[in-house]
Amino acid sequence: MDFFTKFPVMGRQDLRDLKKSIDAGFRDFSREFGESLETFFEPLLWFLVWLEKLLVATPWPIIIIVMATLAWIGSRSTKIVIGTVLSFLAIGYFGMWKDTMSTLAIISVSTIVCITAGIPLGIFMSRSDRAQAVITPILDIMQTIPAFVYLIPVVMLLGIGKVPGLLAVCIYAIPPIVRLTNLGIRLVEKEALEAADAFGANYRQKLFGVQIPLALPNIFAGVNQTIMMALSMVVIASMIGVAGLGVPVLRSISNQYLALGLMNGLAIVALAIIFDRVSQQYGDRLQKHRQGIKHD
Amino acid sequence: MTEPKIKIENLYKIFGPNPKSVIGKVQDGMSKQELLENHGHVFGLKDINIDIPAKGVSVIMGLSGSGKSTLIRHINRLIDPTSGKMIVDGDDVLSMDKDQLIEFRRYKASMVFQKFGLHVHRTVAENAAYGLIVQGKPVSEAKQLSQKWIERVGLGGFEGHYPSQLSGGMQQRVGLARALSTDAEILLMDEAFSALDPLIRTDMQDVLLGLQEELHKTIVFITHDLDEALRIGDNIAILRDGAVIQQGDPQDIIMHPSDDYIVDFIQDINRSRVIRLKTLMTPSTSASDSGPELQHTMNLELALPKIANSASKSATVVNEKGEVVGSISLDQIISGITRPDVDTGSSETRYR
Repeated sequence: MDFFTKFPVMGRQDLRDLKKSIDAGFRDFSREFGESLETFFEPLLWFLVWLEKLLVATPWPIIIIVMATLAWIGSRSTKIVIGTVLSFLAIGYFGMWKDTMSTLAIISVSTIVCITAGIPLGIFMSRSDRAQAVITPILDIMQTIPAFVYLIPVVMLLGIGKVPGLLAVCIYAIPPIVRLTNLGIRLVEKEALEAADAFGANYRQKLFGVQIPLALPNIFAGVNQTIMMALSMVVIASMIGVAGLGVPVLRSISNQYLALGLMNGLAIVALAIIFDRVSQQYGDRLQKHRQGIKHD
Repeated sequence: MTEPKIKIENLYKIFGPNPKSVIGKVQDGMSKQELLENHGHVFGLKDINIDIPAKGVSVIMGLSGSGKSTLIRHINRLIDPTSGKMIVDGDDVLSMDKDQLIEFRRYKASMVFQKFGLHVHRTVAENAAYGLIVQGKPVSEAKQLSQKWIERVGLGGFEGHYPSQLSGGMQQRVGLARALSTDAEILLMDEAFSALDPLIRTDMQDVLLGLQEELHKTIVFITHDLDEALRIGDNIAILRDGAVIQQGDPQDIIMHPSDDYIVDFIQDINRSRVIRLKTLMTPSTSASDSGPELQHTMNLELALPKIANSASKSATVVNEKGEVVGSISLDQIISGITRPDVDTGSSETRYR
């Protein structure tokens, strides 16, 4: 009867040993390789620190002019440019300028990292069904596993600081760009590719001349999603020492400062909306050949 | 006839999990039924042997599922065969390595597709120049070279448009310009005009025939439309269930269909428009009567009133040089127009 009322649990001692050995194994691993990993990520850290310093040190009017110009180049829309300028003015007026610059720096760097790693990975994935079968569940895990869980090994390996924060952001934010690059390339019309084949296009000519250009709307949707997801990680990243808008949010949680939390939260929202609109408009503009055609 | 430009020899294509495992049995004559039920494979093409002469329009015709699109894709090896040979100018395309094949596709054979296969992110000019760009020519030079063809197909002024801004007929003109730009000797046309509406289709056939008069390319044209095949084909091969059931001169196919399937096929065509005097005439070298002189390529529709109005109810047939090649009577024309399936006792058009 015991069998039905009590679940046959693994022995308590065995379970403890199992966990212990995993912990010990990983600790050994991080002792062994932690340092070399840190050196590996050094250039990234250097770049992030440089960008953050640059953004913070540059006088605010220049930053606003640069942002407005970038928004114009991206969107060609006065509405979006005005919105951008007003948002940054408000952010500065409410005393969140420095944090916003830090957040801008880490978002930019993590987006660049995600794109440079994600697009080639997506292309690789689109080449072979086996690669897709292996990578897809990994992406699923990366997107669904609670961020706090993978923060543990990241912190064990690299300690607290900007690089582990960046890594945490990237783990969460890279899946959409990989997925949508893969999807975009797979959705390229068979006829367009066959024509390229029939005229003797080689692998490179097909990839850069046909597949990537035709997959661009999807790839761009992926970039957009990646930026959005990176922004949503800002608060969690601040838990392991990343400066920015997440830090005051964290403080207001522990101290129940409603106004502080709300303001910084809205600043993140403002950044998100600006990034989203500008990148979307830019993506649409790249598709000038689709003018007048409804697309999904 | 001289050596054919393209020689298709014993070509087999079998679809299924492991075509190589059954090819031997298929070559020994296994039936379609048995192949599917006992081995789970399906015929794509079955022992195809076709000689395609240079500088002519060879039409491969068949209904959907007959394997015609599969066949044309073997010529530039967009599809690999299960066994057989595809000799083009003495070289077997099927034994080429990757680089040779790319070379072959770039310079030797270009292709026009049923669904156009245009690149929607390129302008008309860029699409037309695509073959040249792939060859490695600088974009500006490629565009300059292809400009002539854009104008020849009647798209001058549309260079900057995108395919989505053009109608179907115009898109296929771009497809044609793209194929012509590479100056390949062989032009493969896979149901190139089938997606167009009838008027535009006739239009495009005229464009093609006009170009061919001047360019003398080796054209392989796939179609399911017999009227189209008869209109543009110098010779025709009819495909059914992956096998060739008759090939030859269009006139020959109409006059002597090899089986009931082809009889069904040619039933609805306008015979008086397709059949030419040379097919029906009684050959002779002397002008025997006082009837009118008619060109041997004239069709019956045009010849009929002229002969009917003449006193002798007959005519002399001459060739391009004006030499007498035969004579024809009203009775011969009427029996030629009679459909072979209508059993009127006209033994002339009885078939086997």
